Amino acid sequence: MRRRLWEERVVRGLMLASMLAVLGGLALIIGIITAKGARALNWAMISQIPKGGYYLGKEGGMLNAITGSLALAFGATALACLLAFPVCLFLQHDYSGRTKLALVVRTSLDLLWGIPSIVYGAFGFTVLLYLGMRASLLGGIIALTLVELPIMARAMEEAVRMVPMELKEASYAIGGTRWETMRKVVLRQALPGILTAVLLAFGRGIGDAASVLFTAGYTDSMPRSLLEPVASLPLAVFFQLGTPFPEVQSRAHASAFILLVIVLLVSVISRLLSARTSRYSVK
Amino acid sequence: MPHITVRDLSVHYNGRPALDNVTVQIPDRQITVVIGPSGCGKTTFLRCLNRLIDTTDGARVSGEVLIDGENIYAPGADVISLRKKMGLLSQKPQALPMSIYDNVAYGPRLHGTHGRRELDRIVTEHLKVSSLWDEVHDRLRAPASQLSVGQQQRLCLARGLAVEPEVLLCDEPTASLDPVSAQRIEQRFVELKSEYTIVVVTHILRQARRLADYVLFFYLGELVEHGPAERLFNDARDERTRAYLSGVIS
Amino acid sequence: MRFRLLQERLSTAVIGLISVAVTLLTLVIIAALVHRSLPILSKHPLDRLLTGTDWHPGEGRFGFGPFIVGTVWVTVLAMALAAPMCLLTAIYLAEYARPAMRATVRPLLDVLAGIPSVVYGLFGVLLIVPLVSDVLAPFADKHLRFIRPVAPTEGYSTGYCVLSGGIVLALMVAPVIISVADEVLRGVPDAMREASLSVGATHWETVKHVTLRAAAPGLIASVVLGFSRAFGETMAVLMVVGNVAALPKSVFDPAYPLPALIANNYGEMMSIPLYDSALLLSALVLLVMVLLFNLSAQAVLVAARRRASQ
Repeated sequence: MRRRLWEERVVRGLMLASMLAVLGGLALIIGIITAKGARALNWAMISQIPKGGYYLGKEGGMLNAITGSLALAFGATALACLLAFPVCLFLQHDYSGRTKLALVVRTSLDLLWGIPSIVYGAFGFTVLLYLGMRASLLGGIIALTLVELPIMARAMEEAVRMVPMELKEASYAIGGTRWETMRKVVLRQALPGILTAVLLAFGRGIGDAASVLFTAGYTDSMPRSLLEPVASLPLAVFFQLGTPFPEVQSRAHASAFILLVIVLLVSVISRLLSARTSRYSVK
Repeated sequence: MPHITVRDLSVHYNGRPALDNVTVQIPDRQITVVIGPSGCGKTTFLRCLNRLIDTTDGARVSGEVLIDGENIYAPGADVISLRKKMGLLSQKPQALPMSIYDNVAYGPRLHGTHGRRELDRIVTEHLKVSSLWDEVHDRLRAPASQLSVGQQQRLCLARGLAVEPEVLLCDEPTASLDPVSAQRIEQRFVELKSEYTIVVVTHILRQARRLADYVLFFYLGELVEHGPAERLFNDARDERTRAYLSGVIS
Repeated sequence: MRFRLLQERLSTAVIGLISVAVTLLTLVIIAALVHRSLPILSKHPLDRLLTGTDWHPGEGRFGFGPFIVGTVWVTVLAMALAAPMCLLTAIYLAEYARPAMRATVRPLLDVLAGIPSVVYGLFGVLLIVPLVSDVLAPFADKHLRFIRPVAPTEGYSTGYCVLSGGIVLALMVAPVIISVADEVLRGVPDAMREASLSVGATHWETVKHVTLRAAAPGLIASVVLGFSRAFGETMAVLMVVGNVAALPKSVFDPAYPLPALIANNYGEMMSIPLYDSALLLSALVLLVMVLLFNLSAQAVLVAARRRASQ
C-alpha cells in the first residue's frame, strides 16, 4: 500500500518537473528575445528602409522587411481563404454526400498538411523557373499560400463541421438552397472558428522563412510591384544574424522581437474577434 | 459488518446547496432504496458514501459519515481502503478498456493479488455470482467492449464484487437496461443482500417497492422521511412523501 | 427564383472544382519535383545517390547519405527528448492540474505554437549553442566518454551540432504535442475514471491502467504529429546544427539535414551543372520520407486503436 502511494508521489514529481522544464524553456525563449530585441530596437528601425551599407552597420531600418512580410502574408492568407473555404464546405455531407470523394479530399488535405514548407518553396521555385519569372512578391505569395492552405483548411473544417445539422435543416426546411444556407447560417455560426483559422494561418505565414527563401527573394526597397523581389522579416533576421558585425547582429535580435510582437498581436486579436463574433452563435 | 451512520451531511456545489443536513442510519445487510424526484440529491448522497464526491470540482462537504464507527471525512482518512469497502454500480455501465478477465481482476490485482490460480478463482467466482459466467466463460480474453449493455452491467457488478466490499452502492443500475437484464440484476440484489449492505438509488417506484427493505425519500436536497419499506409505502407520515408515492409530484 | 437556382448551380460547381484542384495539388507537386529530378537521375543511379557519402557537386559527386542520416539523427533526438516530457506534461495538465492552471497554460501553449521558426533559431544561437559548447560538451567529455554517441569527438564541441538542433526542435514541437495529448486525455469519459476509483485504485493507478490505455491511440497520434512537424522544420535547425556534410558520429558533431541542404544552397543552384536537379531531388526525397512516415504512423494508429479496445 505504501509502495503504491510512493509510486504516485514519484510520478507526480516527474510530471511537475517535465512541465516546468518545457514551459520554462518556452518562457525563456520569449524572455531572451524580448530582452535582447527590445534593447536593440530604436525608432529608425521601424520607420526607415535600409540605406546603403545597412548590413555593414550603417543607417537605415527594417521597414522594407516589415511591409514586405505583411504584404506576403496578407496576399497569401487571402488566396488561401478563397481556396480553403470552398473545400471546407465541400467536406460537409451537404455537398459530398456519402461518396468516397470526401475521404479523398480529406486525405489530400492531410497530405498537404504534412509537407514541409521548404518543399513548397522548392516547388514554387520550380514553377517560377518554368514560367520564366524570377523571385518576386507574387512568387512568394504563391508559395506561402501553399503553406497556409492546409493549416487554414484543417482549422476551418473543424469549425464548419461543428455546425449542428439541425441548424442547417432549419434553413433547408423553409426552402433555402445549400448555398444560401452556407452563406447565411453556416458562415455566421462558424464565424469565430473560421476567423481563428484565418488568423492562425496568417500568423504562420508571417513567420515562415523556408517557403519565401527561393520565391520572394530579398531587396532593400519597399514592396513596389507584384513582379519584383520583396524583403521579409524572417529572412531579415536570418541574413542579419549571419554577418560578423555585432551591431548588425543586434539588429537581428530587434527584427526577431518585432516578428514576435506581430505574432503575439495576431494571437490576441484572434481571441478577441472570436469572443466578439460568438454573439450570434447558437450553443 | 459496517453500520453506516450519516450525521448532518451537507453538500454545496459552488455555493449552491445540494444536500441539507442529512442524518440517517443505514441498516446492515438489507436493501436500502433511495427515492425522490430528479435533481433532489440522491446521487450526491450516494457519492458521499464512498467519497467519490471528492472528484467533483467545486463540491463542499460538511458533516460526518461513519462506517464501522469511523468518520470517513476525518482528515487523514484512508480513502483508498474505504472505496475498497464500497462497490459502485453506475447508471451507464462503464467497462474498463481491457478484456473481460482483466476487468474483473483489475481491483484484486491492484490490492496485491497476483497469483494466477488465485485470480482465476476470483474471476470465475464473481462472474458466476453476477450470472455472467455462462455467457462469457469461453471468451474471457475478449475485449469487454464487445458485450451488450446488459452484460456489461453484470460485468461491472462482478468487478465491484471482486474486491470483496461490504457495501454495494448502486446508482440507477437498471436505467440503461432492457427489462430482461434489469430483472436479472434485481434478482442478484435479492440474493446478495444476505452478505452485503445494498443501497440503491432509483426513480422507478415499482422497482423500489420490489426491492426495498428500508427507504430514504429525498426532496429538494432534504431527507424528508425514512423508514422500513412496509411502513413508508403504505403509511407515509410526510405529505410530500405521500404526494410523490401517489404520483402527484414526480 | 431562377436567379437563386443559378447561384446554387454556380456555387456548387465552383466548390467542386476548387476541391478537385486542391486534391490534385499533392500529385502536381510530386510530379513537378520528379520531373526536375530526372536530369540527375539519368546520370546517377538512385541507390548510389541515396547511400553515397561523398558530396562534392562542383566535381559532379552527389552522395545524399550524410544529409539523410543527419535528418534522422536530429529528428529522432528531438522526439526522444520531446515525447516523454510532453506526454508527462499533458498528463499533469489533464489529470492533476487545477482548473485555474489549465486555463492559463492552454492559451499559452497556443501562442507558443505560433512562434516562427527563425525566432527559435535565434534563441538556439543565443542560448543553446553556448550551453552545449560550454557546459554540456565538457561534462560529457569528462563523464560520458565511454558512450561514443553521447561524447564529443575530439573532446570539444562548437555547440553547432545535432544536440543543439535536437533541443531546439524539441522545444518547437512541444506545444503541439502537449495541446493534442491534453485534449485526447480530456476526452476519456469521467465514468471510466470513476469506475476505477470505486474499486479502490489511487489516482495514479487510474491514470496508468485506465486513462492512458483508453487514450493510447490519440496519444500516439499526438507524438506522430510532433514528428511530422519536426521532420520538415528548416530554419531553426539550420541555424544551430552546423551544416557540415559528414556523417555525425556523436550528438556533439555537426550535421546537415536535408532541409538545411536545400535552403543553404539554392543560390549556387544555377551555376553548377545538375546542382539544381540534385537539390530538387533532395526536396523530393524529403517529401517522400515525410509521406511514408505519416502513412506508417497511420497504420500504427489503426493497430493501436484496435488493441486499446481489448
